Amino acid sequence: MNSTEMAVRVHNVSHQFGEAGQARHVQALLNTSLDVTRGELHCLIGPSGCGKSTLLSVIGGLTKPSTGTVTVAGKPVRGPMPRDLAYVFQENALFPWNTVFENIVLGMKFQGVPKAERNERARRALEAVGLEAFAEHFPGQLSGGMRQRAALARALSLETDILLMDEPFGALDEQTRMVLGEDLSVLLSYSRKTIVFVTHSLGEAVFLADRVAVFSARPGSIKEIIAVDEPHPRKPSFMTAPKFHALRDQLYGLLHDEIRKSMSETAQSRRRYGEAAAASGGGS
Amino acid sequence: MNGDIRDPLPIRLASHGIQAAFLIGLLALWFLATNVWGVSSILLPSPIDVWHQLIDVIRTGEFVRDLRITLSEFAFAFLIAMVLGISIGYFISRSPYFIKVFEPLFAAIYAIPIILFLPLYIMIWGLGPASKIALGATISFFPIVMSTVVGFGSVDRTLAAAARSMGANNVQMFRHVLLPAALPVMLAGLRMGFTVALLSVIGSETIASLGGLGHRIVNLAENMEMGRMFAYIVFVVAIVAFLNLALSTLEAYGRWR
Repeated sequence: MNSTEMAVRVHNVSHQFGEAGQARHVQALLNTSLDVTRGELHCLIGPSGCGKSTLLSVIGGLTKPSTGTVTVAGKPVRGPMPRDLAYVFQENALFPWNTVFENIVLGMKFQGVPKAERNERARRALEAVGLEAFAEHFPGQLSGGMRQRAALARALSLETDILLMDEPFGALDEQTRMVLGEDLSVLLSYSRKTIVFVTHSLGEAVFLADRVAVFSARPGSIKEIIAVDEPHPRKPSFMTAPKFHALRDQLYGLLHDEIRKSMSETAQSRRRYGEAAAASGGGS
Repeated sequence: MNGDIRDPLPIRLASHGIQAAFLIGLLALWFLATNVWGVSSILLPSPIDVWHQLIDVIRTGEFVRDLRITLSEFAFAFLIAMVLGISIGYFISRSPYFIKVFEPLFAAIYAIPIILFLPLYIMIWGLGPASKIALGATISFFPIVMSTVVGFGSVDRTLAAAARSMGANNVQMFRHVLLPAALPVMLAGLRMGFTVALLSVIGSETIASLGGLGHRIVNLAENMEMGRMFAYIVFVVAIVAFLNLALSTLEAYGRWR
């Protein structure tokens, strides 16, 4: 595979929070490498605390890794690259003092997009997620699902080739999550975007992903990559297909031991450092 | 955050009615006490006398000099407290370590009655406006600096990360994320600072001063001109009510819609 087909290349990335020996020291990632092909949805799944969100933040240029290199669209990542990738966070990343429309426009304003074009692109992005009627609402007036659609619209309006999504549906109820998953699959079928998608839902991973990277317990590194090989847009019926269940079971088999490992490790570290230090140390 | 959260009109009218009735009742009691029950006019002048005095104060314009002194003292005091409070507060809020050090320190200093420093301030700055400005600025500095630290120190990290990921530079980050996030908390501190600055300026004028509305009121009391003294009190109440109204209007602009 040559590097121009790769939207994201992660090479030997390690990251630790705090210094070795400190009570708060956490080795989040250890020698992780990952290639994300152009146009695919690549899921990162693993036990909580395995470093999958940290990896996403490293790819997005929000966290500088302790060692290793990341390239996005062929360029080395040294900080946020708003022209190449857009971020969708788990929740509450919309500015509560701005309307949905103002929220979407603001991202483009940061990048100096002219006003007329900003408004046009914001309108199209709202249309793509079906929120045209809620442009003048404030985030606090929307349901959780609508807020995440608005956050997706903001990311889409930036017209980047790559989207990074950090458990974007993680705080939503099951039904809303399924509907938004279907919508995202439809979007993928026509937009050719590259998406790196962090989740801890097995079903969501199999339903959405072209490939799934399974993380080991902390310190996180990628244990195995599974291809789903099912064209987008995927219909709800895919969820009842034998293939879906086989893949889901395979994923669970891979994850099961890691989850056990991570739970016993967490219990140990709690005993070592006390409840408080463990609860505040490191991200997921 | 949005939407009309006020009570329906009839309920609002009813509560305004009760408030008005309370004030009218108070005024009636005052009238009865002085004109019917015979309370000494040296302790409590009749409201009618106070009204005539008030008209006289306004008609002759003798209040202008004192009002100018008090308002300019207040304006300088509040301005100094705002500039120092907001800039120092913002600076401290940028570092969790500084927050940990300075927040309890400011809270502790704010808890002591700073008016105790008035004699010292008068020794340093004299009996004139400078000592009133210094005291008002000192007292109103603390609520402003503390609310600024809390406001800027508690900005949601996800919001800051979102703005950074979309390419916000430092100025845009401040203008579109930090400031609007901090503003509601800061406004509460500014309102508090506003009130205590006015209170300490007028209060310290009554203790030791060369001019100002507080000075005038004490002078009239010492000369037993109770009617005119009450007229000045009513005058100060009206000025303060007007300033508060102006502040509330400004505040309504600053809050999230």
